[in-house]
Amino acid sequence: MVMVPKIKLNIDGNTIEVNKGKTILQAASSIGIHIPTLCHDPRLEPFAACRVCMVEIERGKSNALITSCNTEVTDGMVIRTDSEKVLKTREMVLELILSDHPKDCMTCGKCGACKLQDLAYEYGVRESKFFEEPDGGVVEDSNPVIQQDTSKCILCGRCVRICSEVQQDYAIDFKDRGFKTETGLPFGMSRRDTTCVLCGQCVSTCPVGSLVEKQAVGMGREWEFKQVKTTCAYCGVGCTMYLNVKGNQIVKVTSKAGSIPNDGNLCVKGRFGFDFVHHPDRLKQPLIKRNGKFEEATWDEALNLVASKLGEIKAKYGPDYVGVMSSSRCTNEDNYLAMKFARATIGTNNVDQCART
Amino acid sequence: MSFGSGSMTNSISEIKDCKLIFLIGGNPTEAHPIVGLEMKKALRNGCTFIVADPRKIWFAQHAKLYLPVRPGTDNWLLNAMAHVIIAEGLENKEFISTRTEGFEELKAFVKDITPEQASEFTGIPAEDIRQAARLYAKSEKSAIYYTLGITEHTCGTDNVRTIANLALLTGHVGKSSTGVNPIRGQNNVQGATDMCLPDKMTGYQGVTDNAVMEKFEKAWGVTLSRTPGATAPTMFERMDKNQFKALYVIGEDPVISEPNQDSTIKALKNLEFLVVQDIFMSETAKYADVILPATSFAEKDGTFTNTERRVQRVRKAIDLVGNTRPDWQITSELSTRMGYNMNYSSPKEIFDEIANLTPILAGISYERIEQNGIQWPCPDAKHPGTKFLHEGKFPRGLGKFFVLPYRAPAESPDKDFPLLLSTGRTLYHYNAGTMTRRSEGIIHKTNECFVEVNQADAKELGIFDGETIRIATRRGEITARAEVSGKVKKGVIWMPLHFAESAVNKLTIDAYDNITQTAEYKVCGAKIEKIPG
Ligand code: SF4
Ligand code: SF4
Ligand code: SF4
Ligand code: FES
Repeated sequence: MVMVPKIKLNIDGNTIEVNKGKTILQAASSIGIHIPTLCHDPRLEPFAACRVCMVEIERGKSNALITSCNTEVTDGMVIRTDSEKVLKTREMVLELILSDHPKDCMTCGKCGACKLQDLAYEYGVRESKFFEEPDGGVVEDSNPVIQQDTSKCILCGRCVRICSEVQQDYAIDFKDRGFKTETGLPFGMSRRDTTCVLCGQCVSTCPVGSLVEKQAVGMGREWEFKQVKTTCAYCGVGCTMYLNVKGNQIVKVTSKAGSIPNDGNLCVKGRFGFDFVHHPDRLKQPLIKRNGKFEEATWDEALNLVASKLGEIKAKYGPDYVGVMSSSRCTNEDNYLAMKFARATIGTNNVDQCART
Repeated sequence: MSFGSGSMTNSISEIKDCKLIFLIGGNPTEAHPIVGLEMKKALRNGCTFIVADPRKIWFAQHAKLYLPVRPGTDNWLLNAMAHVIIAEGLENKEFISTRTEGFEELKAFVKDITPEQASEFTGIPAEDIRQAARLYAKSEKSAIYYTLGITEHTCGTDNVRTIANLALLTGHVGKSSTGVNPIRGQNNVQGATDMCLPDKMTGYQGVTDNAVMEKFEKAWGVTLSRTPGATAPTMFERMDKNQFKALYVIGEDPVISEPNQDSTIKALKNLEFLVVQDIFMSETAKYADVILPATSFAEKDGTFTNTERRVQRVRKAIDLVGNTRPDWQITSELSTRMGYNMNYSSPKEIFDEIANLTPILAGISYERIEQNGIQWPCPDAKHPGTKFLHEGKFPRGLGKFFVLPYRAPAESPDKDFPLLLSTGRTLYHYNAGTMTRRSEGIIHKTNECFVEVNQADAKELGIFDGETIRIATRRGEITARAEVSGKVKKGVIWMPLHFAESAVNKLTIDAYDNITQTAEYKVCGAKIEKIPG
């Protein structure tokens, strides 16, 4: 084990020791002090663009304000995260961000899960002196899973960075300058025509309602969803994810930074491949083939028929003429019972999965 | 096996700290995207990549060394790398003497397998093979990752052992970020293998081991057979010969997933009784006598075990769709009706029974994995689980070197079928495609079968990019859209597996690895032609 040197510092009156290389933001969060952020995502390199994570650092007489998300701790640092100066500046920063953001929270799908809304509430920012009607709007894009509303973009760059740093797909970038700046695809292209792999990582990191899951638009708002933690059913990575459910319907799939093994990341299958669950083609009733045609049956009829047929064949030919094929798509419990069924109920070791990879 | 266990030796979280990754026969950006992301992290951290693959995949484009190996010749590459390591004295002598056996035999065998000779078979320049061996041996933390490109061959097990030889030679195993890692394909293939094998009880306890069988007999209250059962391919073979009468298929679609579709269908038709339990009307279900409608993962509780051996919870999020039932419940009810009582109130109760009977899972319970999953082996309730395997000792004691000469694939290209057809998975679909092809976001990006053709081959045959062409093998023919590029080597064509209407398994050969019985999806002879008119 390589020993990481320790750094001693003081945050809001608490003296603490943390590993060298940590940021002030990380040090504060390690002792439960919350510093607000907008452009920060623990999956990404610090970017220091939004400036809401500002803290005050004591430097003799002239204290300075610095961004905590990208500043590494140094020995003897004395930090205030909630001084008058910090709070005033944060309020100002928020006002500036809100000056280029539509005031339509009441109809925005992100309402309740929006980081900007939360901060505006926390700091009591209602009006922005600098307000100008924002440019942009919902971008035309025929892809069925991701929707962007550029008017809501706060230019935190998280989408651009997750696409380049984590995905390394480089599908989106900043465009234009000044008040007109936005993020997105080149020349108004659709995500389907680019290197974009529709992973939705950009959606997962957007702190506001600019990038959202298209299938969830109009389906309800955050507090209406029940979030059920589960494991992705597609590949062997087994990402931890949350099914967001309203009524009896999966509306969207999300994950959280820190999740094992995926740290909040998901791929296109895990994030957007859930609608098969509700597909009309789902088999909904037991079926028995009669005269070459499938007819609906009750569970009793179907199970009794299977039980008697398997019983007959076992009696006539012996248990080794019967086999069970189980599946890597089923749970361990399902597979265990399939195995037990072959061995204990039928009396054969003929049990295997088809796909052995 | 070389180590005595066939699972990933390391964890996904260790990938980012690897100093060198040798990726062979696997395309993680598409088949295991989140493992792909971790590898991309490693790449950003300065990890050196060596990529051996017949297709110029994403990591091949970003690798220090790309080895465009001809499908089916990995054995030559790996043995030649072993040759270089020994010839140049790069082996880890201490590791070899304390933790392995069979070194002298391997040394004698690979002595004649020179990179020059390997170059002729693999199509890789000899100097690149030397370079790969040096880089792999000299790096402080080298890990090998492989998937179906290595195992889906008649020599799949040989390949895996030849890979393990390299790790044993250099001591690159049994440490953090250093090991040999097969990445499992389907979501719960690890768990299904842990639970259900014809010659093993749960957790790889052999059916020929009397103590094991007595334990199960006592727990289940029945007498159990000690004769290893038939594997899936053997069951099909016996169906074909009319020596098998009834089959209960749960959640699988062998008509699509098994090679040589025509013979699979014929075998199924020979059965007296076929029961299929699934969530959709699969191709296999069409031949069933009874279809039992099961629930999807969103409608049931349970556990999956991921590729790093981590047992994780699956939780019920919505009510049952229609008149469906969870698989465990259907099987229990069926069993009870056949006179063997299975009364489980919940999957939790089933899991407790599994843990009770399975030493590698003994310490795992639903309570313990409420927050995060635990990696087996986990022998008792205090054990934290196992992040990487084989520290200090292998399950079989000493690691074993295997002497494995090249074996040609069951079918090679010839005069009539001059191209080499290889198959695989794409990002947007998942095996037979029954789930992904019913998801809008995914259909959108690719919903048509395609075949990758090298520009030079295409030019010779006058085939254009985007044109629909015919692909034929000795077993059948299908059509697909040609994607002409430099992605595949000359002489090789590549197709995805997921499309029922142009089922690639009408083409692939039903030849299997002699030990694992994995089918040879990666190599067979084929030809392509323009469709006239
Ligand atoms: S969906 Fe993924 S690839 Fe596409 S723009 Fe977003 S992050 Fe990039
Ligand atoms: S779209 Fe969202 S994530 Fe991207 S820059 Fe704008 S606010 Fe940030
Ligand atoms: S989200 Fe993607 S990478 Fe993760 S388990 Fe699902 S399919 Fe695999
Ligand atoms: S979170 Fe630090 S500047 Fe945005």
